[in-house]
Amino acid sequence: MIFIGERINTGFKAIKEAVINRDGDVIKETAIKQKKAGADYLDVNLGAVSAKPEDLCWMIEQVQDAVDLPISIDSNKVLMLKEAIPMCKKPPLVNSTTADDFKLDAILPLIAEHKASVIGLAMDESGSPKTVDARVEFAGQIFAKIMEYDITPEQLFLDPIVMPLKFMQDQAKEILGATAQFRLFSDPPCHIVCGLSNISNGTTQKKLINRTFAVMLVANGLDAVILDVNDEDLVNAILTAELALNKSIYADSYIDAFRS
Amino acid sequence: MGIPNLKESWKNTINEVTIGATKEEGGTRGKTITLGGQSTLPFLSFEGDLPNKPVIAGYVADVVPDWPDVLKNAIGKEINDPIEWAQKNVEEFGVEAINMRFLGASEAAKNRSPDECGKIVEGLLKAVDVPLILWGCGQEEIDNEVLPVCSQAARGENCLIGSATETNYQTIVAICKADKHKIIAEAPVDINIGKQVNILLQDAGLDLKEVVMLQTTAALGYGFDYVYTILERARIAGLQGDKLMASPQLCDIGGEVWRIKEASVDEDILTGWGALEKRGPMWEAVCAGGYLQAGADLLIMAHPKAIKIIQSTINNLQ
Repeated sequence: MIFIGERINTGFKAIKEAVINRDGDVIKETAIKQKKAGADYLDVNLGAVSAKPEDLCWMIEQVQDAVDLPISIDSNKVLMLKEAIPMCKKPPLVNSTTADDFKLDAILPLIAEHKASVIGLAMDESGSPKTVDARVEFAGQIFAKIMEYDITPEQLFLDPIVMPLKFMQDQAKEILGATAQFRLFSDPPCHIVCGLSNISNGTTQKKLINRTFAVMLVANGLDAVILDVNDEDLVNAILTAELALNKSIYADSYIDAFRS
Repeated sequence: MGIPNLKESWKNTINEVTIGATKEEGGTRGKTITLGGQSTLPFLSFEGDLPNKPVIAGYVADVVPDWPDVLKNAIGKEINDPIEWAQKNVEEFGVEAINMRFLGASEAAKNRSPDECGKIVEGLLKAVDVPLILWGCGQEEIDNEVLPVCSQAARGENCLIGSATETNYQTIVAICKADKHKIIAEAPVDINIGKQVNILLQDAGLDLKEVVMLQTTAALGYGFDYVYTILERARIAGLQGDKLMASPQLCDIGGEVWRIKEASVDEDILTGWGALEKRGPMWEAVCAGGYLQAGADLLIMAHPKAIKIIQSTINNLQ
């Protein structure tokens, strides 16, 4: 499983204040904490705090000063990405593009040039899909485009678009179905990722719902996830699901070993 | 749009483990060996890097093992003296390391004392200039006495010392750390325990880059396929990014093959099986060749003919 830590996001008050006050320590601490918990990538999200590329670059700098993990750049704005991608020490993951041609044609050349990876959302400007078929169609469009730009399936992370369970209960089944189909696009397959916490938006049992849905997604082929990597129960459930699928080799101390 | 590249590409490389230390490195070895370092499966040189060839270590013991005459005669009278046996292995059989087993330390054999074993290690270090792999007799309590003395006698020589198991690893970790040796992590034909031993060694403060993994080797006909699949699965896991499984792997071919009837009983009893003189070494060679395909990096071998065949296999395939 590729764990993408979600905590360096100005949606969290402490991070927002850190960006406004240029207080690097908060960001560094958050980065270190997520690395210790087993993160493979750290998502960096400037959000609505600023539209200046230099602010996003400053956040990335703080993270890279603290840890050696690759960055997931949480922006779909080409101007931002043009500044941020080259300053990443390791090939970053761009989070994200929709299936719209104008978006893909703007972002994919950057991905190809820098050997980066990209999250492709199975949706377009008109909105989020409601069915498995619509998701597969959008994902197929993205997949065809990456081939045009000589981007390999390993550089693509398809996102089936997770919807809140509380408000769109019928969608969970469609998301799982789409995930299973994405696996079949190519061999070796592309990665399949999601922003997990969307599933529990507005609920009173966020952690339990995240954990349960994560295990179901893993069973359907999810191999990357944007999550709170410091939620130990969640990470442990995912590690255990991968054992049950025989994706990793069991050892009595597999939980401890993950964090050592 | 180009033709897609269908070559397998792996995330991780297998750890490189060097055994032996030259004068510049604080030892006295003329040569060292390096295991591992691959970025793909055995012999698939078109797919990735295979920087180090598999290595054959010659089997030596301080007492003559319970082996058939076919093997003892092929080795010659030198089998009666570990120093001479080791020299013959290096000079005539062309092995790149010596695998020394102190079978005589067990009470049932010679009850050889740790100090006597240490003296033999000193003798070996003077007699041959290749790296040493050192084992006790296989009985934990005795080995926990013998191995510290042997380790001390070879301090700084960067030997490979066997073996750490799930229930007995602390002594050997301590001596390997103190005397700067590499360690064998052993599991009883069980990939899960294999991984667990590596976790325990890591928790005990050992860098996994100091470890060579051993799944108790099975002779051909006695669970060969179990061990083969374990070696292969461990190697694939290591290449896929499971750092706990990314260690080079060892097989004790000579130590296992010559215990079974197919390699030790002649055709007067095994009617129709063919002459033992030919069958025995072939059994050892075929077993070794199979494990090479599965992902073995270090083979312990005994019969000079089998050694020759596998040397040729290694050189032709890589």
